[in-house]
Amino acid sequence: MPHVNEEYDVVVVGAGHAGCEAALASARLSLNTIIFTISMDSIALMPCNPNVGGSSKGHLVRELDALGGEMGKNIDKTFIQSKMLNKSKGPAVHSLRAQADKQDYSREMRLVLENTDNLTVRQGEVTEILTEDGKVVGVKTFSGATYACKAVVLCTGTYLNARCVYGDVSLYTGPNGLSAATHLTDSLKSLGIEMYRFKTGTPARIDKRSIDFSKMEEQKGDEDIVPFSFTNKPEDLQRDQISCWLTYTNEKTHEIIRGSLDRSPLYSGDIEGTGPRYCPSIEDKVVRFADKERHQVFIEPEGSYTNEMYIGGMSSSLPEDVQYAMYRSVAGLENAKIIRNAYAIEYDCINANQLKGSLEFKNVEGLFSGGQFNGSSGYEEAAAQGLMAGMNAALKVLGKEPVVLDRSEGYIGVLIDDLVTKETHEPYRMMTSRAEYRLILRQDNADLRLSEIGHNVGLIDDDRYEYVAKKREMIRAEIIRLEECKVGANREVQELLESLGSQPLKTGTTLAELIRRPELTYEDIAALDSEREELPKDVIEQVNINIKYDGYITRQLKQVEQFKKLENKKIPADINYDDINSLRIEARQKLSTIRPASVGQASRISGVSPADISVLLVYLEVLRHSK
Amino acid sequence: MKTDTIAAIATALSNAGLSIVRISGEEAFDIIDRIYVSKNGKKVLSEQPSHTIHYGFIKDGDEIIDEVMVSIMKAPATYTKEDVVEINCHGGVIVTKKILQTIIKYGARIAEPGEFTKRAFLNGRIDLSQAEAVIDIIHAKSEYALSSSLSQLKGSVLEKVKAIRDSVIYDIAYIEAALDDPEHIIIEEYTEELTTHIKSTIANIENLLATADNGKIISEGIKTAIVGKPNAGKSSLLNNLVGEDRAIVTDIAGTTRDTLEETIQLHGVVLNIIDTAGIRNTEDVVEKIGVDRAKKVANNADLVLYVIDGSRELDTNDYEIMELIKDRKAIVLVNKSDLNQVVDIEEIKKLTNKEVIVISAKNNTNIETLEKTVESMFINGKLSFNDEVYITNVRHKTALEESLVSAKQVLYSIESGMPEDFYTIDLMNAYARLGEIIGEEVGEDLVNTIFQKFCMGK
Repeated sequence: MPHVNEEYDVVVVGAGHAGCEAALASARLSLNTIIFTISMDSIALMPCNPNVGGSSKGHLVRELDALGGEMGKNIDKTFIQSKMLNKSKGPAVHSLRAQADKQDYSREMRLVLENTDNLTVRQGEVTEILTEDGKVVGVKTFSGATYACKAVVLCTGTYLNARCVYGDVSLYTGPNGLSAATHLTDSLKSLGIEMYRFKTGTPARIDKRSIDFSKMEEQKGDEDIVPFSFTNKPEDLQRDQISCWLTYTNEKTHEIIRGSLDRSPLYSGDIEGTGPRYCPSIEDKVVRFADKERHQVFIEPEGSYTNEMYIGGMSSSLPEDVQYAMYRSVAGLENAKIIRNAYAIEYDCINANQLKGSLEFKNVEGLFSGGQFNGSSGYEEAAAQGLMAGMNAALKVLGKEPVVLDRSEGYIGVLIDDLVTKETHEPYRMMTSRAEYRLILRQDNADLRLSEIGHNVGLIDDDRYEYVAKKREMIRAEIIRLEECKVGANREVQELLESLGSQPLKTGTTLAELIRRPELTYEDIAALDSEREELPKDVIEQVNINIKYDGYITRQLKQVEQFKKLENKKIPADINYDDINSLRIEARQKLSTIRPASVGQASRISGVSPADISVLLVYLEVLRHSK
Repeated sequence: MKTDTIAAIATALSNAGLSIVRISGEEAFDIIDRIYVSKNGKKVLSEQPSHTIHYGFIKDGDEIIDEVMVSIMKAPATYTKEDVVEINCHGGVIVTKKILQTIIKYGARIAEPGEFTKRAFLNGRIDLSQAEAVIDIIHAKSEYALSSSLSQLKGSVLEKVKAIRDSVIYDIAYIEAALDDPEHIIIEEYTEELTTHIKSTIANIENLLATADNGKIISEGIKTAIVGKPNAGKSSLLNNLVGEDRAIVTDIAGTTRDTLEETIQLHGVVLNIIDTAGIRNTEDVVEKIGVDRAKKVANNADLVLYVIDGSRELDTNDYEIMELIKDRKAIVLVNKSDLNQVVDIEEIKKLTNKEVIVISAKNNTNIETLEKTVESMFINGKLSFNDEVYITNVRHKTALEESLVSAKQVLYSIESGMPEDFYTIDLMNAYARLGEIIGEEVGEDLVNTIFQKFCMGK
């Protein structure tokens, strides 16, 4: 029977947040790219929370933007509320979060995809990965069509053998009732890929008209909006914002839940997938934190053109009638009308230890993957991996070296290193505490850290890169000037310090020293700085942070230097750990499975001891000399 | 591989002769310049020619620690191919340890087991054919260090360190949970509680440090077993040795070890008497049990004190014990010299080939001779410490000191109004250092604690 046969450089499977970034990166690097989606109406769908960013996730979006990704630009186009979290904390944990208009977000991303050169968007289910000699040569779809290609990026999200569950209702669909992808898993298994089954969940959506907001606290956005994308100026993004609302569960809610636990598929054993500990369902929270009298519930709009409200904090897989009862026990939700039920979703994903740092499978050349398929959770985590997987698939086809960020270069590096190195038994979420060097991995300096890499790859244009280079120079020069600029302990100075609630000077000092005082900033001491030239806001921000936290930053840079030494000790890909008799068996097994790229990565594998690392170093030295 | 500066005691620790403390790494000369003073006070060692030796003193600030000879060897013609400094000091456990501690204080860290050799190898100093041997050294030494580090740690200390760590990780988890999920977990309410916690953490670490100086952190000293048949006088000997003026430590309450210990000091030599419970419990039982116990404890001991009742004839049990101690370091004590003696001293000497001292534990006769014998065995090098034990102690102490500095830094950060995310940098450091004492790594502890203790998320 005749079938469609087409040829591409790169095939991307799935058009969620990972797939979109992967396809755009590949197409923008001039490779002939096709992206498959189960439905044209589900491109860049946000099936759970209606927001982008938040603690550490905001960092990921900023980094992705600095590398030439799309998510930052897209949320800037479509946000309906914006907030910088943790503003009273140190700059390393400031985190941008925006409420999205979900439909707008999806539509805008689809527009970008449809209008990107070299990119074909295609509705269809990929059912098989075609390989020859352990190398990807194409994909096959459900209709029987084949698409020859040089690399494939898998971004199947939560769709593989997906099953949605609440109470005794069980539907074999993906999120929002979309078709699941039921064939690909078998093809992957036949390629020798180890699969996991994970679980996550989402709360109900409730009709805005049925909610009594007078019983809730209003949560407004920030007055000064900070863009996600470094390409946008704050003044261009100021717009009217829509509020979120805060209410709480109560003892009655908890009673209803406790009384119905036997009807929860999570507790009855109907759901086998491993759920995330950081976003527990409300029944999980009530059971695990039994002494908590109430839990926060955030009511968030799903967009400007819908009455659907997302009930943040109350995801559940309890039966429909229990859902009504428990939501209606919450202040302000007494008359709630549910538009969509809460549900849990189970799906197939992989053990990401099978991937290299480039997100290419170790055992299938040319096969890459990103996003929830890799065992992560969250739109931002997905997008970040999608970008890297797409970029590296393209670089592979171009015959170039992949880009692998290390843990000192970005949250993206931490995310991917954790996924490919550590054992993950639940969907992985980014957290600022996972980043050892977070003081230098700030969301405010992502452009300074990563634009050069984005530029080298070809995803950041010259103009944008030149601005970053100029910015870097302005920051450097201004810091030097402030470190050298002396101020005496004269009356003018003392009076200003007093007016700012700062201790008077005992002897002369420098402007930089004054900025180091916790209560003073660059802006505060303008009156003492007659030579100051006007600088852009983003430059001033960097000057302030770099001077203020100089001691800590220097300390962290020293740690990074140590870290890099082990990171730069590469392990040959063909090493046979069974040849190293002195390695303990456990270490030998772990190293053979994970096959770390560097001694640094090896040292982060649980079960590999410092003595094993010493042995490995000695062995590598012998190997180096004997070649 | 760390390429920072490392230091270790290069000779076996004993109270005799010379000891050598070795430093290797980029900062070796910086460190020696800061702790060395020549006779005229003017010589700067880093400016002296390589491979020369210099007379002078080691000091910590204004305090002179010891009169020394210092060899300086500049890279690359050294054992490790790095800058190396060797301090020859007067030996003596306390002084040598103090010099090592001073070096650590000024920026070096204690070498990992086998690390000098490893560096020598990795820097191309040792022939490749020796690689296998290098690996063996690393292995043997690290296994030994790990086992000695844990086995020497007293049970109560283990519990205390664990408790401090639990408190520290809770504080970190609270702060980090709040940073990661600021809308669910509010940090502002926590600062006061945190301050209280940190203050008690500081007090607890200070307590441990104080005990570290008394040698209570780990058992350092010569593991000594007192064996003999029931009613030979083991118990009286122990009581005599532990007597008021001699006892420096008795058992700390709450110790979880099943073998109880007494630490005694004889003329500056520290003995750890092991299985004191066994000594006291076997006085009224059948003779065979005394022999069984002797077999058990003698194997774990560096020194065996074999007590014979001089007023009773030797029997098969005695001969069995004598056979047992023949190849061990041991002293035979013929007790009850206040009673009529029936044993043949010469026969015992011949059978055991050991020093035999006739004592009366009851009347305190000849105990002084026993002490002198132990002391001279130690000075002659017949008895020596397990070096690792001393290193372990210095390691533990350094780890405690560093965690203390970190905890204090947190208080300072709170007082000076630093943002909360800076607290956890120092708290994490304290947590990691404390973990080194009990052999635990940080791993996923933080993330696990966050999820376990705090209700996060959407």
